[in-house]
Amino acid sequence: MSEKVLMKGNEVLAESAMRAGCKYFFGYPITPQTELSAYMSKHMPKIGGTFLQAESEVAAINMVYGAAAAGARVMTSSSSPGISLKSEGVSYIAGADLPAVIINVMRGGPGLGSIQPSQSDYWQATKALGHGDFQMVVYAPSTVQEMADYVAKAFDVADEYRTPVMILLDGLLGQMMEPVELPEPKADIPDKPWACTGTKGERAHNVVNSLYLDADLLDQTNRERYERYDKIKAAEQISEEYLCDDADIVVVAFGAAARIARNAVNAAREQGIKAGLFRPITLWPFPVDALEQTVAHAKGYLTVEMNMGQMVDDVRLVVAGRAPVEFYGRTGGVIPTPAEVLDAIVAFDQKVGE
Amino acid sequence: MEQKEEKVVFERPDALLPVVTNFCPGCTHGIVHRLVAETIDELGIEGKTVGVTPVGCSVMGYNFFGCDMVEAAHGRAPAVATGIKRVNPDNVVFAYQGDGDLASIGTAETVHAATRGENITVIFINNAIYGMTGGQMAPTSLPHQVTQTSPYGRDTASAGYPVRICEMLSTLDGPAYLERVTVDTPANVRKAKKAIKKAFQNQVDGVGYSLIEVVSTCPTNWGMTPQESFTWMRENMLPYYPLGVYRDVLAEGHESVAAAAAERAKDSKIVAEGGAA
Amino acid sequence: MSEMRFILSGFGGQGLLFGGKVIAYTGLIEDRQVSWLPSYGPEMRGGTANCSVTLSDEPIGSPLITNPTAVIAMNQPSVDKFEADIVPGGIIVIDSALTNSGPARTDITSFMIPATSAAEEEGLKGLANIVCVGKLWAETQFCQRETLDAAIRKAVPARKAAMVDKNLAALELGMSM
Repeated sequence: MSEKVLMKGNEVLAESAMRAGCKYFFGYPITPQTELSAYMSKHMPKIGGTFLQAESEVAAINMVYGAAAAGARVMTSSSSPGISLKSEGVSYIAGADLPAVIINVMRGGPGLGSIQPSQSDYWQATKALGHGDFQMVVYAPSTVQEMADYVAKAFDVADEYRTPVMILLDGLLGQMMEPVELPEPKADIPDKPWACTGTKGERAHNVVNSLYLDADLLDQTNRERYERYDKIKAAEQISEEYLCDDADIVVVAFGAAARIARNAVNAAREQGIKAGLFRPITLWPFPVDALEQTVAHAKGYLTVEMNMGQMVDDVRLVVAGRAPVEFYGRTGGVIPTPAEVLDAIVAFDQKVGE
Repeated sequence: MEQKEEKVVFERPDALLPVVTNFCPGCTHGIVHRLVAETIDELGIEGKTVGVTPVGCSVMGYNFFGCDMVEAAHGRAPAVATGIKRVNPDNVVFAYQGDGDLASIGTAETVHAATRGENITVIFINNAIYGMTGGQMAPTSLPHQVTQTSPYGRDTASAGYPVRICEMLSTLDGPAYLERVTVDTPANVRKAKKAIKKAFQNQVDGVGYSLIEVVSTCPTNWGMTPQESFTWMRENMLPYYPLGVYRDVLAEGHESVAAAAAERAKDSKIVAEGGAA
Repeated sequence: MSEMRFILSGFGGQGLLFGGKVIAYTGLIEDRQVSWLPSYGPEMRGGTANCSVTLSDEPIGSPLITNPTAVIAMNQPSVDKFEADIVPGGIIVIDSALTNSGPARTDITSFMIPATSAAEEEGLKGLANIVCVGKLWAETQFCQRETLDAAIRKAVPARKAAMVDKNLAALELGMSM
């Protein structure tokens, strides 16, 4: 590990990607992720890589598709409205079993929404970024250090399982500076014998494709992909538990909201409420195994989200009626204050304590 | 009887796999596929060529060409080709697209790959109709042309006018070579072959973006025999889409695409003097 | 040391984001927990600009500060916006050259210093932000004294290295006010 430096989240995402062997970046300007593109445009030429500002988000994700098909480690980044435009391409990437990393620095929605921080793309990221039966791994870092670490991991996971991987964060984390230890540059990238780099007359042609006009063949292909998803679910769930061991009230929050919730949990403990924080780091696969461990003692679950209540669905699926699960959140770029989250915890504690 | 020595005068090109295509009888896709494959053979580049196929009748092209193949989303072939080419600049990358793919849903990708001067080769089949989906109006359907979605004939008052791709792209600085050809007669097939080969050779030589538009037919969806289709094409399409070279920077006497672009904008201070050090 | 939460606020172009970075660098140098968060968006040009800087020995929760322990306010809207949020016993450093009134609260300590005019008089035009950081340090000692100088050296970009000495002088000026 190198010396700690003070860097913006968005810039760390870019720097860490380059250190992970990403030499190709295709993007399109949008607030609040622009520092990432700017950093790439400045530093990619220095490592002999390609930064290309595409004509649209649609073109950018399809350039990613092409570069991934050619065997490269490749990344794109955007913010909510731009991610919607990329969704077609992400579906093709999943359908063609290509590895790629997509960054979404979320802003308020729907529509043009706002440019302020939001978490309202949780459903889109974890349930339906594009048409068809597919999932992608979604990391939700909460600190600048985690942004560095999980971008690096995202490239490895994408290659290992041949899947798109998303880093989901919000404008608050993207704009924030914290001390960070950047990962060491990665020397060797895995071989990709399936990549379209030319047959050199030595093998049958490789085909990167998501079209299967034979229904049985598509069914079989989807089933094979879902077997891979089962492996991901078994091996890749990540979460952090803070004061959860004896918690009556388990607050569940990710990303920036988890930082606010942590303040509120501390304040609740000072008032004698046994609150804890469960923080999913992988949003897909959702860390169901670790959350299940809390069900034995928790009296209730309160999700804190910067949206109208999206992750709360996944918590309810795990808790399955064994305890009340409620939601507190703000939208539109309003960042909930620790004080209002504390109020929500106190009110919820009184309700479930009755 | 004296045995004459047999001489092979025609055979399937090596770069075209020995498979049955999905193309209708009389369709010109087969001819153009062959010309592309012959070019790949003659230039000896099959081992380093990567093709990108579109959504449209030639969607299954990845099963027909023997080189590495990538299937793109509808209209996105130039963007996909850009990604491939940027990763491995020594590969020869071509996109093969129809009119709906290239000139409607993929217009932005087409224009911007061209203006970036991506060193790729684009083969554009313009038959004035959506074939795969069953004969709907295309961006290049002619005024008054009857299609499934212009049953009273293309009404320019509501559906506007066709797009002339070669003419449009020729306004840009990026392209090195733009030519419109057709394949209705042996002589025209030979001309088309020459153009396609030049478009690939340009890429190998690093000259830059080359697009060959092939004015084509769709006997099935036009509801005509192949020969009637060619007649209709000659009478209606060729006057609207005149054959010929629309851009050829080298033949025009420029050293390169960059030199031609600089010459055109020489009065712009930043172009003439260069930007920040 | 307990958690210190600073908001630096003023007009865009006054260098408050940079002032915040200097404070953040002190935390980096002393290996503490640090977060620095700017306001962002259309207000980048000319409107109000502010940043939140937290220094702590525990992991930092929200990087967006809603209850600062200290505020630097370099215009009147900043005084009006953040005065009410300061924790009791907290402080506010106000550039009196650019504001008409100080805070009404009596449970916080306010320091009215003519940072902008004093900087200009000392040949430090444009460094009123650092003058205010110097004053903030004098009143809170948020880091070791030598760390502050080291932070200036880290925060000033290499292409502006000639500005280091002026920044150090601006710190001294602020501390003396």
